[in-house]
Amino acid sequence: MSVVDLAIHPKAVLTRAGSQKGRAFPIVIVGHVDHGKSTLVGRLLHDTDSLPDGKLEQLKAVSAKRGLEFEWSFLLDALQVERDQGITVDTTQIWFTTAQRRYVIIDAPGHKEFLKNMVTGAAQADAAILVVDAAQGLAEQTRRHAYLLHLLGIRQVAVAINKIDLIGHDEARFAAVAESVRGYLADIGIEVSALVPVSARAGDNIAVHSPATAWYRGPTLLGALDAFAPRALPVDQPLRLPVQDLYRFDDRRIVVGRIESGRLKVGDRLRFAPLGREATVASLESWRGDGAVPVQRDEALAGESVAFTLDEEVFVERGALASNPDHRPRDANRITARLFWLDREPLKRGDRVTLKIGTAEREAEVEAITETLDVENLDVATDHTQVERNGVAQVVLRTRRPVALDLHDIQARTGRGVLIRGPQIAGGLVIEAADRIAHDIVAVDSSVTAADRARLNGHRGGVLWLTGLSGAGKSTLAMATQRALFAQGRQVAVLDGDNLRHGLNRDLGFTENDRTENVRRLAEVARLMADTGLIVIVSAISPLAAQRAAAQQIIGVDFHEIYVHADLAVCESRDPKGLYRRARSGELAAFTGISAPYEAPQAARLVIDTTRHSAADASEILLDYATRSFAT
Amino acid sequence: MHDDLDALEAQSIYILREAYSRIRPLAMLWSLGKDSNVMIWLAKKAFLGRVPFPVMHLDTGLEFPETYAFRDRYAGEWGLDLIKDACPPLEATDPGLPHNSRIAARKTLGLKEAISQYSLKGVIAGIRRDEQATRAKERVFSPRGDDGAWDFRDQPPELWDHFAADLPPGVHMRIHPLLHWTEIDIWRYIQRESIPVVPLYFANDDGKRFRSLGEIGITFPIDSRAANIEEIIGELEITREPERAGRAMDHDSEDAFERLRVAGYM
Repeated sequence: MSVVDLAIHPKAVLTRAGSQKGRAFPIVIVGHVDHGKSTLVGRLLHDTDSLPDGKLEQLKAVSAKRGLEFEWSFLLDALQVERDQGITVDTTQIWFTTAQRRYVIIDAPGHKEFLKNMVTGAAQADAAILVVDAAQGLAEQTRRHAYLLHLLGIRQVAVAINKIDLIGHDEARFAAVAESVRGYLADIGIEVSALVPVSARAGDNIAVHSPATAWYRGPTLLGALDAFAPRALPVDQPLRLPVQDLYRFDDRRIVVGRIESGRLKVGDRLRFAPLGREATVASLESWRGDGAVPVQRDEALAGESVAFTLDEEVFVERGALASNPDHRPRDANRITARLFWLDREPLKRGDRVTLKIGTAEREAEVEAITETLDVENLDVATDHTQVERNGVAQVVLRTRRPVALDLHDIQARTGRGVLIRGPQIAGGLVIEAADRIAHDIVAVDSSVTAADRARLNGHRGGVLWLTGLSGAGKSTLAMATQRALFAQGRQVAVLDGDNLRHGLNRDLGFTENDRTENVRRLAEVARLMADTGLIVIVSAISPLAAQRAAAQQIIGVDFHEIYVHADLAVCESRDPKGLYRRARSGELAAFTGISAPYEAPQAARLVIDTTRHSAADASEILLDYATRSFAT
Repeated sequence: MHDDLDALEAQSIYILREAYSRIRPLAMLWSLGKDSNVMIWLAKKAFLGRVPFPVMHLDTGLEFPETYAFRDRYAGEWGLDLIKDACPPLEATDPGLPHNSRIAARKTLGLKEAISQYSLKGVIAGIRRDEQATRAKERVFSPRGDDGAWDFRDQPPELWDHFAADLPPGVHMRIHPLLHWTEIDIWRYIQRESIPVVPLYFANDDGKRFRSLGEIGITFPIDSRAANIEEIIGELEITREPERAGRAMDHDSEDAFERLRVAGYM
């Protein structure tokens, strides 16, 4: 493409009449490598007069430096490696404006090596232009891209049959290519809105109809773009709101998340899957500027990031999915999904990965690979035990803990998810079927490892060692947290120092030596239990730093010191067992805090101040800590 | 959802809340420019009137006096936990870089020091895709190596607003909540929300204003009569000049900005 070419088609240049305001409509341009994507983008920007001053000259210089005549691709291929090797590595974006609206073009690499970057770009689009070389027809990456567009949920597709000049603007040859493209796309469920014969290089049928294709009666490419409808937000579907986080910046407990579908109103009854707790929306919270009068809203719609309070303190955590009780999602632990795999390492039957849907993450096992798809000819194979990189397959995943979701065909935004392996997203999936099955007992041989147990339980074992004064709230906290962990399907037990004195430790008194032995035995038992995969909550005053250090020595890295703090005066005023009164009267000797020392932890993993937090909040803080600390 | 600015805002709030939920310790970069002011504003919306992590100004000592005055005023008014450590001197930067790039590279070094000093696992930066072609290639959650380096050849996939946030040891995450905004979006939002900006953005009596704000010596004003936000928006509607034309560090050589970014610049 030379700049001169542009000059001889001055009619193609529209004046920029459109407004820069309003949402930029996102379109992705995909297609096989060298079918002319980058040139098309350059042409779109040029013909809509959207290039900044000096850009053409800069591209000319960059091209000349590499001994090339003129390369539109350098407009988007900004990285040195892309320019030097003449290949688009990563997705990028660029803006242009027609008389009708603003657009953002998402350029997606055509090379198979960079399919993950193509997916990253295409997933952001509302519509797509598929570029097909008129002389070559459909090529492998065109097919793969088209299939992925469909999986990514893009339903509006226009096809640019490019390089029409290279087939002599021939109507019959165009019709043959167009028919094969239309047929393939129909087979995978894509109905094309237009098939436009174009020459990105010469400008044919991009902004204005070309006299060289007088036989063509359809829209120009820009006309086809302007006919696309913005993707509508699903405000009229049932409410789905994945919980992102809980904030306690002041005395309020605020739930935050984005409404994926439906609407949220003050007074709505909400159900939080998968635990099924229910509460009513008490208020929508927002900040609108310092000193600004808050606008009281009572409704928010799909697409909004919201913050709200509930009328009661039910247990809610990140990963919960809020809905209305009568239109709830499915709670499933066996999921059939259509998957595209992006990781270098293939996905094999039996692999364990993290499934993420909304904000929920679950350990999942690949139970079966029911079919793999050859995107070239849409042939299905049912005998594969792994999905190769860039492959498409139908898989069955099983999670130990149920996850709330929808079927993709019914509610797309909560009917899709990603698989994560290591630190990265390794694949994407849309859910075709999901049900809930009873847990199987996984057969294990005699040498059961900690990893085996963690996989079975969905969490690792370990010890939460609650230390603090008598009356600080250790036992209450231990019991409440045990209940909450149990409700989540976790394996949990409480070892209470006082209770063990009735049995295992009944030979011990309250001398410093006996108390040290008491702590040692607690630690040994806790370790045995943690080794069998349990989350063990130890509730014991364990007053001396040296005692707790010894416990840590015994338990090892899974020892988590939690300081349950309340001032002595507060503990004494609570005095749940009447012990302080007896200690003050001299009835009890060597009572911690009164007549024996308490050495507060200097580096506890977590400090919970029970004078500041309600029992429910304290339990939630510890629950949150446990969930994070013992995640697999 | 009422208009396109609401949609941009909702997306940024979602990203900021993901970052705060998944990555700690976290800090936000405050260059004192229009974009990072919008970012702080969005954080206050996300976190209901507060910014629950430190805000860092990488101070080269070369900001305009108006910029420092703005910082000192709004750090207080907005209740920010401000970190304003001085960046290492020019002599500490890579002598192989062009001169203007070296001035900018001081910020890269300052950021590295801050990441190490405050053990940061996440840094929120207000870059936008439409500012510069290499920024257009960025991810929303962009992992950086130990030395802050950007592995642009092998970026992780990102789709449907799922951001992988687990970090291997030695890696920190750059989080970009404004990536999807454009320059004119920013100004329309500043106008709608009445967000304060450094007065240097508005034309003075000599018919000059700064369109992009950076250090003295490597940042130059443009010819403009736009003296208020309305006029700036009107100017942007028709301008044919790129936003960062007045930033000398971008133009030392074809790959000047890419080299800066690969080495860890924002």
